[in-house]
Amino acid sequence: MATEITAPPYRVIPIIPAIKPGAMEGLKPFVANDKIQEALGFPGELVEDWKDRAIAKMGDLLKKYRSLKVYLDACVHCGACSDKCHYFIGTQDPKNMPVARQDLMRSVYRRYFTLPGKLFPKLVGARELTKEVLDEWYSYYHQCSECRRCSVFCPYGIDTAEITMAAREILDSVGYGQKYSNEIIGKVNTIGNNLGLPGPALEDTLEGLEEDVKEDTGIDVRFPLDVKGAEVLLITPSADFFAEPHIDSLIGYAKVFHAAGISWTLSSMSSEAGNFGLFIGNYEQMRKIALRIRQAALELGVKRIVVGECGHAWRVAYSFWNTLTGIGDGAEDKFALQLQKQLDQRYRQPTHICELTWDLIERQAITLDPEANDNLIVTFHDSCNVARGSRMGEMAGGQFEIPRSIIRAAANHFVDMSDATTREKTFCCGGGGGLLTDDLMDLRVKGALPRMEALKEVADRDGVNFMATICAICKTQFSKVLPYYGFNMRMVGGVHQLVSNAIRLGGKE
Amino acid sequence: MIFAALFYAAFLILAGGLVYRISDYLRTPAPLKIPTTPAPTTGGGVALRMTREVLLFESLFKGSLWTWGFAMLFHGGLALVLMRHLRYFTQPVWSWVDLVQPFGIYAGFVMAIGLAGLWGRRFLVDRIRYISTPSDHLMLALLLMIAISGLSMKFLDHTDIIGVKAFFLGLEHFDPQPLPASPLLYLHLSLVASLMIIFPFSKLLHAPGVFFSPSRNQPDNPREHRHLSPWAAKLESES
Ligand code: HEM
Ligand code: HEM
Ligand code: SF4
Ligand code: SF4
Repeated sequence: MATEITAPPYRVIPIIPAIKPGAMEGLKPFVANDKIQEALGFPGELVEDWKDRAIAKMGDLLKKYRSLKVYLDACVHCGACSDKCHYFIGTQDPKNMPVARQDLMRSVYRRYFTLPGKLFPKLVGARELTKEVLDEWYSYYHQCSECRRCSVFCPYGIDTAEITMAAREILDSVGYGQKYSNEIIGKVNTIGNNLGLPGPALEDTLEGLEEDVKEDTGIDVRFPLDVKGAEVLLITPSADFFAEPHIDSLIGYAKVFHAAGISWTLSSMSSEAGNFGLFIGNYEQMRKIALRIRQAALELGVKRIVVGECGHAWRVAYSFWNTLTGIGDGAEDKFALQLQKQLDQRYRQPTHICELTWDLIERQAITLDPEANDNLIVTFHDSCNVARGSRMGEMAGGQFEIPRSIIRAAANHFVDMSDATTREKTFCCGGGGGLLTDDLMDLRVKGALPRMEALKEVADRDGVNFMATICAICKTQFSKVLPYYGFNMRMVGGVHQLVSNAIRLGGKE
Repeated sequence: MIFAALFYAAFLILAGGLVYRISDYLRTPAPLKIPTTPAPTTGGGVALRMTREVLLFESLFKGSLWTWGFAMLFHGGLALVLMRHLRYFTQPVWSWVDLVQPFGIYAGFVMAIGLAGLWGRRFLVDRIRYISTPSDHLMLALLLMIAISGLSMKFLDHTDIIGVKAFFLGLEHFDPQPLPASPLLYLHLSLVASLMIIFPFSKLLHAPGVFFSPSRNQPDNPREHRHLSPWAAKLESES
């Protein structure tokens, strides 16, 4: 980006902005090279007959995904979703309105798959799939973080994320993939995590952490790796191993396991909770990544699988693992059957680390001293994939209550941000869905606007100085964009970072 | 007799088109659990959620109050008008249709007001102007003209509704009767026939579509019950 990136100004009254056509036109994240593409079985570069192949792929997806078909048919252009996307609010580009984003594909769908579009293309807004249209897809389907906020407000629940995923799947299939996401998937497939951190490096890091915690607390808190027969396999985003502030949450999980006396382990073969297969809408890749975790669980013989703080990872784990790998109930292949026998079905499989911690707090199996966090006035950012694509606990909405309950137990001062920006209506951090890359920095800064406005409100009114969240992407994104809005980058952190500060280790009294 | 042929054709296209679309939706699997959460965890809960969506437009209410208001006026009016119209097609007229009659008289106006409001948004709100296609405008124009021609028959230039009824009962018994001569009636009926023909090919598919939306019709229970589509199950046996 040649021009300097600046944050858009806060809106004095948060009215819906006027549209600015073309504001983000031509913005493109880096395109994947042939090595990256071919490693995932996609063509290395844009194929000669991309047009026919793209249409054929679309036809294929329309047969495989009811969501895509119904969503392309049902939209009445009512506009209820039009002002709900953080990227629209931040950029004012009308093509970032969810319905307009869908229309980029719907127009092509109409032209090739519906009668009126074949007969009267102009009338129904149908158009040919040209190279310009394909480029436009590449651009605007990489300006959607697949956060599902639009689907909350649509009278038919039309989820633009599903359309975006289908578009990316089509783009990949004609050799026009995104570098960031596809490179990462390649790394998980070969090395076992998104960062490409090899086993020995991981081992070093964990040893270093044990020393740090010992120095800090005087207590031997273990960070076990590849321990066969441990009770719990912890699957956590790899950013937790080295990025700030993520690492403080990893320390938090370790302390929880320590204090509760639960034996646990990480896996070097499968050291990643994130699953970018979701972002590119590719079922096979998503399944492949999930199967690594199943394999690790089988090899280590664990009884429970627990997932660390990561938004989309929890969506995949909670909503899709049972489908992809049969870890819960009903699968029939021999690995799944073995896994089901091995796992302790008295526990929810998989369990979110927050479910585990909250359960321990409620049973008084661990003790927290909230005074430890008295220097903080805390608020909570609901991560989009957790909020709108998963659940915790038994009740609908547990994904909102459980993290808040933990925070209240770990800190004395908690304030919620405006209702219009939390729980199911939460705004994406601006970096989700495969957009957490430097080549999209401008978009990321602008997309954070609605969350930053809500944060500013509680910071000014209640003196909030810490925003807790349970997603690795949110943490990285906010660390990067907070300074653009005049906040300290250390203001964001994990829920288990608060737990880490407050938990009583060593003797229970 | 042109009208008799027209209505047989329109009916066949409408019914055939809808049966085709719906069976197509039914045949297409939803491979993943994607309810927009928080979502009900049981089938009963889903039925309630769907009822709220269909009768009260719950999500739209959260999304845009203005649109919701006009949408309720239009669809509510439309529902009453259609119920009232059943008297042309049933003999004897079902008793509940009789009960609706007094409300139905005003429903035509309510429906027209709703339509006008929805149409106004397409001109006045810049975002909605941006997304509107000519077909969006035409659809509203068509419905508004149906409403206006219907209301004119009622309040300006009465039609022989006994004759209309005879004509439609005749169609039902495959014994075509003459249609009373009336320009307004001809207009009303031609527009209605076009609406029926367009229905299965247009965004009017939102009416059946809402029931098939995976983000609304799936219970949130992926950990308790495995959800596997046939094409995904095939991957299992391959690996
Ligand atoms: C299950 C039944 C139905 C449901 C739940 C439903 C729901 C909705 C909703 C929520 C909207 C969006 C708000 C709006 O723009 O009004 C809408 C729009 C619309 N509906 Fe329906 N509808 C149903 C049946 C029908 C039928 C039978 C027709 C026509 C004969 C119809 C015609 C329309 C039209 C034309 C629009 C677009 C209005 C505009 O352009 O702004 N609907 N419907
Ligand atoms: C084959 C189908 C239809 C027939 C035979 C028909 C016939 C008629 C007749 C005879 C009237 C005059 C009523 C009177 O004078 O008391 C009327 C009124 C009306 N029609 Fe239709 N119509 C049909 C379909 C529709 C549809 C699909 C709509 C809406 C989309 C509609 C909307 C109206 C309205 C708003 C009025 C005025 C209010 C009322 O009398 O209820 N009609 N129609
Ligand atoms: S899914 Fe999120 S990012 Fe994508 S269009 Fe909807 S609101 Fe915008
Ligand atoms: S809210 Fe739904 S139906 Fe309305 S314009 Fe948006 S996607 Fe289309």
